Amino acid sequence: MTTSSAPGSEYVYLDHAATSPLRPEARAAMEPFGDVMYANPSGSHRFAREARRAIDEARDQIAELIGCRPGEIVFTSGGTEGANSAVLGTVRRSGGVAVCSATEHHAVLHCVEHVGGVVVPVTEQGPLSPDVVRETLGGLSNVSVVSVMAVNNETGAINDLEHISHAVRGRAENAILHTDAVQAACWLDLRIIWPHVDVLTLSAHKFGGPKGMGVMVIRDGVHLEPLILGGGQERDRRSGTHNVAGIVGTATALALTDQHRDVEVQRLGALRDELIAGLTARIPCAVPTLQPGVGIAGTAHVCLDGLESESVLYLLDTANVCVSAASACASGAMEPSHVLAAMNVPRSRVNGSLRFSLGHTTKSADIAKAIDATVAAAERLSAVAKK
Amino acid sequence: MKVLLAMSGGVDSSVAALVLRNQGHDVVGVTMRLWGGESDTGCCSVSDVDDARRVAQQLGIDHLVFNFSEEFNDHVVNPYVASHVAGTTPNPCIECNRHLKFDRLIERGRALGFDAVATGHHARIVDDNGVLRVGRGEDALKDQSYVVHMLSGEDLAYMMFPVGFMQKSDVRQLGVDFGLRTATKPDSQDVCFIGTTIGRAGFLEPRLTFNAAEVVDQSGAKVGEVSAVELVTLGQRRGLGLGGGDKRYVVAVDVPARRVTVGDEASLFVESEKLTGMVWPHAEDENLVLNTEVLVQGSAHGERSAARIEHTDEGFRMVWARPNRRIAPGQTVVFYDANDTVVLGGGIVTT
Repeated sequence: MTTSSAPGSEYVYLDHAATSPLRPEARAAMEPFGDVMYANPSGSHRFAREARRAIDEARDQIAELIGCRPGEIVFTSGGTEGANSAVLGTVRRSGGVAVCSATEHHAVLHCVEHVGGVVVPVTEQGPLSPDVVRETLGGLSNVSVVSVMAVNNETGAINDLEHISHAVRGRAENAILHTDAVQAACWLDLRIIWPHVDVLTLSAHKFGGPKGMGVMVIRDGVHLEPLILGGGQERDRRSGTHNVAGIVGTATALALTDQHRDVEVQRLGALRDELIAGLTARIPCAVPTLQPGVGIAGTAHVCLDGLESESVLYLLDTANVCVSAASACASGAMEPSHVLAAMNVPRSRVNGSLRFSLGHTTKSADIAKAIDATVAAAERLSAVAKK
Repeated sequence: MKVLLAMSGGVDSSVAALVLRNQGHDVVGVTMRLWGGESDTGCCSVSDVDDARRVAQQLGIDHLVFNFSEEFNDHVVNPYVASHVAGTTPNPCIECNRHLKFDRLIERGRALGFDAVATGHHARIVDDNGVLRVGRGEDALKDQSYVVHMLSGEDLAYMMFPVGFMQKSDVRQLGVDFGLRTATKPDSQDVCFIGTTIGRAGFLEPRLTFNAAEVVDQSGAKVGEVSAVELVTLGQRRGLGLGGGDKRYVVAVDVPARRVTVGDEASLFVESEKLTGMVWPHAEDENLVLNTEVLVQGSAHGERSAARIEHTDEGFRMVWARPNRRIAPGQTVVFYDANDTVVLGGGIVTT
């Protein structure tokens, strides 16, 4: 084994939308549940009851942060399981047609495709239009589940779930509305989103919780066919021994996220603006993907028209700046973004897409370093391309 | 030097990484993702990427994956299909080397500031009186100079073939000694994007329309039928529905006319063949080669035959010293010097 090189002070980590470092408070909260309070919470002895209590408290805490009832919360292994449960769980239970937009995360998109559902093409470059949702659903019958992400994981575009919800209720009144809120938790008050949807899914590691943990909120009265059968944990909605440490860490991280959200949105939104301004001022081929004001505070999505993301990422990596482009496939290769393709972004820009995503560890000095490194990479690659 | 090494996940490029690292180079391994479709074999399956990455981790070098699948489709897969439609015999490995392993990777290597690009090919870079040439690999049985013949002098100044001076058995032994997980992996044999279970016909079937054709002898009399003229190759002897009797070979394939002509072995021998797509490693090589005797190799591990390359009003022509078994249109020929040690040029046989 070579020694690990965790992003430290010499590194600029701007890939929080991929994952955010575990918050120290979450790690501290999780620690006792390894080898001290290690009991299985489904047991009947006092140690089990201690573990059970930790889960109950975490559930209450998370319910308050989302504005739902504790009983509506189901702990899962992450955002992907939540999305699978919402889409497949509805279709397996009720049949009908699943619908989502072409810019959804693959965790939703591939489920909708798997059950032969309808993928709605988008035309606009940014948030999903409620009118497009209304129009699409008007042409379909027997829609059982509609999945609309709260925030796009690549561009950071915020969808207007209130108006999308009206559109869905008006055209497909029996459909379950699921929102993949994985990218929303750090930036939007979940209490404002939850009233508009029936199922909401989160992933803990996006807000400083542990990997392998997710939260699925299922409105009372909504029934999904469970994907995982077994011991009947989580009221038969999700079997499998509880990940006690993970659940506790998730609650701690979400509480901190909620507590600091308003301040962080201001702070990081200003840094994000500074980043986009710096990149577009100094790199002639840099084009911001979103119009100002339609995205979350933490994401700066920029396309370097005519350059190749793979090359830019390598040069940034060697300059100790960690960012990402689109999603990676099983081999680790970058795939051209299906999100940008769906938004009709020209291919020469899609190939040069870059996502800088900020988070709780981002410092002001990171932004200047990221701009300088990106400018240097773009200048180098532009010079080569011109030869 | 800072070296970008193409790592397929096979033993040759794994040992190349080891050799370069031991020579003190700053090595970054890269696996090119070439084929986006399904294949159970070849150099771009996920398990091969895993092997390359694990070897890189073991050696303590960085490993990247570049996605060149779009270019691979454009430059290798689509021409492979088109070649069958045209009734010629393609060489996808050469096109992949030309466009992906070399053009694209060299471009990337230069753009990213590497001092050299390396691969695990069994070939050598030879200084031939002041000019760089591709030389045959140390292991005559594994020599790959034929498939890398298209490298120009300028390319060669930027390239390294770290295992080209080694016997294959030594390459494997070094891999075993160092405990590389790829040390005993079998050599790749087939076209990488075509799985062994699906086969060539299965791969082509959804990508083109197969047409039945009549099989005629050289007098024009019908002697049999084939269900897909696109799958017939010059020189082919089996699968023509001819039954027993004298050995007969395909001597002509006419796709538009849906006709395959068969004849005896002697009618496969020709005095000369036309060439196109000429490759000259250095601009002056054309004059050096034309009208002198060179040794010509017509397949990856084929025999060499003496020939003279001529440039006439009708284009380039290869005139065999003695009548030679005809090389199928679409196949690449590579010219070596009289000592059969270095590449002087190449071309593609045409009709």
